[in-house]
Amino acid sequence: MTLSLEEKRNLLEGMLMIRRFDERAATLVDEGEVTGEVHQYIGQEAVAVGISSVIRKDDAITSNHRGHGHVLAKGGDVNLMMAELGGRTTGYCKGKGGSMHITSLDLGIYGTNGMVGQGVPIALGAAFANNFKGNDNVTITYFGEGASNEGAVHESMNMAAIWKLPLIFVCENNQYAVSFNAKDSTSVENIAERGKGYGIPSIVVDGMDVFAVREAAKEAVQRARNGEGPTLIECKTYRYFGHFAGEPHVLKKPYRTDEEIESHRQNDPIERLKRHLVEEGVDEVEFAEMEAKVHEIIEDGVVFMKESPRPTLEAALEDAYAVEHKTMPVKGWA
Amino acid sequence: MAKIRYIQAVEAAMREEMDRDPNVFVMGLDVEAGMSGTTVGMVKDYGKKRVIDTPLSELGYTGLGVGAAMAGLRPIIENDINSLQYLTMEQLVNQAGKLRYMTGGQVNIPLTVRIVASGGGGGMAAQHSDSTYAQLIHMGMKVVVPATPYDAKGLIKQAIREDDPVVIYEPGACYGVRGEVPDEEYTIPLGEADIKHEGTDVTVVAVGHLVNEAVKVAKNLEKEGISVEVVDPRTLFPLDTDTILKSVEKTGHLVVVDDGYRFCSFASEVAAIVADEAFESLKAPIKRVTRPQVPVPYSKVIEMSVLPGKDQIQSTILSLIKQKQNG
Ligand SMILES: Cc1ncc(C[n+]2csc(CCOP(=O)(O)OP(=O)(O)O)c2C)c(N)n1
Ligand SMILES: [Mg+2]
Repeated sequence: MTLSLEEKRNLLEGMLMIRRFDERAATLVDEGEVTGEVHQYIGQEAVAVGISSVIRKDDAITSNHRGHGHVLAKGGDVNLMMAELGGRTTGYCKGKGGSMHITSLDLGIYGTNGMVGQGVPIALGAAFANNFKGNDNVTITYFGEGASNEGAVHESMNMAAIWKLPLIFVCENNQYAVSFNAKDSTSVENIAERGKGYGIPSIVVDGMDVFAVREAAKEAVQRARNGEGPTLIECKTYRYFGHFAGEPHVLKKPYRTDEEIESHRQNDPIERLKRHLVEEGVDEVEFAEMEAKVHEIIEDGVVFMKESPRPTLEAALEDAYAVEHKTMPVKGWA
Repeated sequence: MAKIRYIQAVEAAMREEMDRDPNVFVMGLDVEAGMSGTTVGMVKDYGKKRVIDTPLSELGYTGLGVGAAMAGLRPIIENDINSLQYLTMEQLVNQAGKLRYMTGGQVNIPLTVRIVASGGGGGMAAQHSDSTYAQLIHMGMKVVVPATPYDAKGLIKQAIREDDPVVIYEPGACYGVRGEVPDEEYTIPLGEADIKHEGTDVTVVAVGHLVNEAVKVAKNLEKEGISVEVVDPRTLFPLDTDTILKSVEKTGHLVVVDDGYRFCSFASEVAAIVADEAFESLKAPIKRVTRPQVPVPYSKVIEMSVLPGKDQIQSTILSLIKQKQNG
């Protein structure tokens, strides 16, 4: 693997952007600017950044409730994301989707998705369409280890395998589905075993190591582009904060210890890459400049959101149908 | 004009759209073999690329349809048992039905789902005998239930072209029905009802195969001097309320006939709309002919007793006419 220093810097910046974005998103919940739940991606940044570093803009992804990282890594615009979180008309979905449903077909983002495991068959469909059209695009579907217990995920693995579709299953095993530990919810230690059960080449990688994720993804993408079918990449990772940002307010009794969390933080993907870059001669001044740049982009995004209009009441009745009919008084039904 | 069977009209609609648009494909259980009778020989003509057998993964292949539709294809998903719908509900109503709205109008989902042989009467017992459309219209999904070969062909072609998800129910009791279909190409817009039999005393709004039963009843009662108007909405949502209201304004009497279970049925919705918007025209209470709130039993005598049919339609009409005569 020969990555230039510039490319490594980009990986670091990509991870920092996600971390700072999700830190800020949580404070916006506390400030009441963002309603509903925000599921922070913090701790898992190496996965989305590593994967996205080897795919193209015209490749597709589907994502889940913990999707800000996937979207940012795929080229998501901070302003439009912040505006969506803030329920503004300038957001990716005009404020109708919110944090869990950011979609941008232009960027190949076939949707983050609020229903666990349900983005996976949609990705299967995108991969099917690419195969049908005969192009060499690949599709990435991100899902958690919890989602790997959903029937839709299993059905999709089987279909991707029998039809050799250009689909890459990226399972982010952060060891918990809300409070439920994977050891107690899952019949095998590695979700990769499940891929093998469907005849899909499946590997386990250190999801806190952006280089490892990138290497695995590179191979999988190549296989998919060559028409050799799907791959499952299980990324062992960890989320540092609650299932959603407000978790401490509703869950008084923790389901994991501070020591456990701390032990994973020792493995932090951002710090690891920084140490690597220091060995390559990058100094603290550069890191500080990068932080400042990321900070500015995010704060600009917050300003953009706050200055953007909220939807008009009429908008609530728009966009459900591509074709409205004279006999369908969608507007005006109360 | 050729006289063809309903099942042939369904197949012809799909073939014409597949000829017209290379992005149309059909997918489902046993479609290559043509088990439903509507895709026979298609694989020979269109290849395995466009006529695709799926594993038994109803939720998964429906989701595949959603993703493929988002990516610009026009999938026709065939569910060869009515109740397979229950396994697909998440992808159907929560994804296909909502994603356009949730993405602020960014994505169109031109997905067509066909429910083969909906309804009961085939001795298949409760788990294979439902007419599941009320669940989808409740969610604002576009739903079509053609009663005749002409309507089936025109509406299925339009459904495939529609840029929204459309679910088509093909009642099993319609598959053998024969009818005229023009040689020229045509489509029927969604949301347009058709008056299948004109009359002045009672309006009957019926769905699917029960339209044909209602027409038989209307012809029967004509001999007794009772004039029944049979309105076939054809599309349950969007619903052509104008045609229904106009008919009720003329007759003052309404019977709604629906193969669903009674509570929250299509019949209930039509009754509510008419009560809201044409109350002054009504000369008697609205009557619904539906299934009772029990599953469909197996044994033939009791199976038919819970399914709405000709006798019930006729006796319900007569009860209204009697009220009219007494009053
Ligand atoms: C089908 C479905 N079931 C339950 C939920 C509630 N829920 C949201 S996220 C989640 C846990 C998902 O765990 P995992 O897939 O491991 O993802 P993670 O949150 O760890 O990133 C649950 C139970 C849901 N949104 N959808
Ligand atoms: Mg998890």
